Amino acid sequence: MSWFERLLPSKIRTTVRSRSVPEGVWCKCPSCDNVLYRAELERNLMVCPKCDHHQRMNARTRLESFLDEGERKEIAVEVKPVDTLKFKDSKRYKDRLTQAQRITGENDALLAMQGRVNGLPLVAVSFDFNFMAGSMGSVVGEKFVRAAKVALKNNIPLVCFSASGGARMQEGLLSLMQMAKTSAILTQLSNAGIPFVSVMTDPTMGGVSASLAMLGDINVAEPNALIGFAGPRVIEQTVRETLPEGFQRAEFLLEHGAIDMIIDRRQMRDRLSNILSMLQHRAIA
Amino acid sequence: MQLNFLDYEQPIAELEAKIDELRYMSNDSDLNITEEIQKLKEKSESLTKSIFSSLTPWQITQMARHPQRPYTLDYIKLLLTDFEELHGDRTYADDTALVAGIGRLNGRPVVAIGHQKGRDTKEKVARNFGMPRPEGYRKALRVMKMAERFGIPVITFIDTPGAYPGIGAEERGQSEAIARNLFEMAQLKTPIISTVIGEGGSGGALAVGVADHLMMLEYGIYSVISPEGCASILWKSPEKASDAAATLGVTSSRLKELKLIDEVVAEPLGGAHRNVPEMAKRVKQAIENKLKELEKIPTDKLIKQRQEKLLNYGAFEG
Repeated sequence: MSWFERLLPSKIRTTVRSRSVPEGVWCKCPSCDNVLYRAELERNLMVCPKCDHHQRMNARTRLESFLDEGERKEIAVEVKPVDTLKFKDSKRYKDRLTQAQRITGENDALLAMQGRVNGLPLVAVSFDFNFMAGSMGSVVGEKFVRAAKVALKNNIPLVCFSASGGARMQEGLLSLMQMAKTSAILTQLSNAGIPFVSVMTDPTMGGVSASLAMLGDINVAEPNALIGFAGPRVIEQTVRETLPEGFQRAEFLLEHGAIDMIIDRRQMRDRLSNILSMLQHRAIA
Repeated sequence: MQLNFLDYEQPIAELEAKIDELRYMSNDSDLNITEEIQKLKEKSESLTKSIFSSLTPWQITQMARHPQRPYTLDYIKLLLTDFEELHGDRTYADDTALVAGIGRLNGRPVVAIGHQKGRDTKEKVARNFGMPRPEGYRKALRVMKMAERFGIPVITFIDTPGAYPGIGAEERGQSEAIARNLFEMAQLKTPIISTVIGEGGSGGALAVGVADHLMMLEYGIYSVISPEGCASILWKSPEKASDAAATLGVTSSRLKELKLIDEVVAEPLGGAHRNVPEMAKRVKQAIENKLKELEKIPTDKLIKQRQEKLLNYGAFEG
């Protein structure tokens, strides 16, 4: 009982009824504050039905909703992180990994699958922002390369959904080199005439945007996604100016010519399969 | 030139000051103190040796940023003859934080590219402290593609705190400019040799650092994030920069151990700035040796080797 309730005469005290609603059935849209029914939000691919705000999506939900139902094969499940530097700040890197693995149920921040979209065979990979901010370390780089090699071998397109804070500091220079590594495999795809579509979702920053994410034959962004090299706070501190409205948002990038288009998540399957089928001279399924 | 000493070099600085004082006195008087001076010089040398034999990663970071450290244009001047600087990205501007040009290394043409910090305040500002904007990276790429067309090898010098985090840089596609360089350098049909001469600051460094042979000067650093940046993110306090430097493994010896760089070029006693001509001589020798090797490799094989090297970066299980 709070001090205020105690002050009230007992007659007008109301007892708080215990909530009968289980946890997580309702949630609030972070953009418009409307209370949303969770099941409906999930049916709508985590896009707010009231204001179209695109909420972040974990990697598995992303790929499962993007690929056709049925035959899907996960790629490079066996690749797992190691702590080469024995990195320790306020916490051990090892412990951070274990914790992230427990929260997400994934080995690391990238998930890769082979499957189809509207019948069109392709390889799709997705970053998981819940796994240490989707940061790119050795495992992300290696899984990306292995996924790209499957695309190469089968002559099918590669689609990447990125959501990342950048390179993973806890792996030191090894993580920086993943930028060079992922860019190198993309030259092989490019020379083999295999399309690579990069879909940048909220947020795509730092080393990930400055390597694989900006190297799409087609660069796509989700509405209002934050995309850039340096984080807004770093820029603000450097230039000591307030940043312009909408700075580093998908719409800003479109206006400045950095991306081809913005696609609503609910149309992603149809529009990407259309573009890819044209690039590959295939009839649409 | 008056030498500039870092905090941990103070004992050396004091000795050197004494030597200077004695020299001054000996000019004034008939006293013969040459012997005394010689003794002190020897002492200073052995002191320098002992201090430099056990530098911490954070001390090395400070050395990499030493205000008197030789910069790209200093090396270009000492390594190359007939150098002609090439300006501009042909689209937007000439970024002076990243210089590019063509010159001769022992008579044979090479393209040289590198970050350039400024020496005095005015030049530092003009060169944006060696932090390139997208047009800098695009100039570098344009010049590298030219080198490829004419069959000229590329040598790059890395020395930057990082790519510039500014509004205009973002508007003009800083990410894309860096990514494009990584992509093109991974398949450039001419040998590339990169040397970290000072600070290798993250993506801004790597954007001219994808190479067949990656070298580092002994007291250079190369890191995914500055120790200060890492400390303020992970330790929530920039004062922990020395811990961050140690944990990140930013030094040449550690990176060689991790097989992330190919060669370490030893520095003269007390650091590159104490004997710039000697440092330049060693860098020149290392580049020449490697270039001779790389030039014998047919282009197809060279690209294949480079790709394999890039694809092998990483430590994981499975």
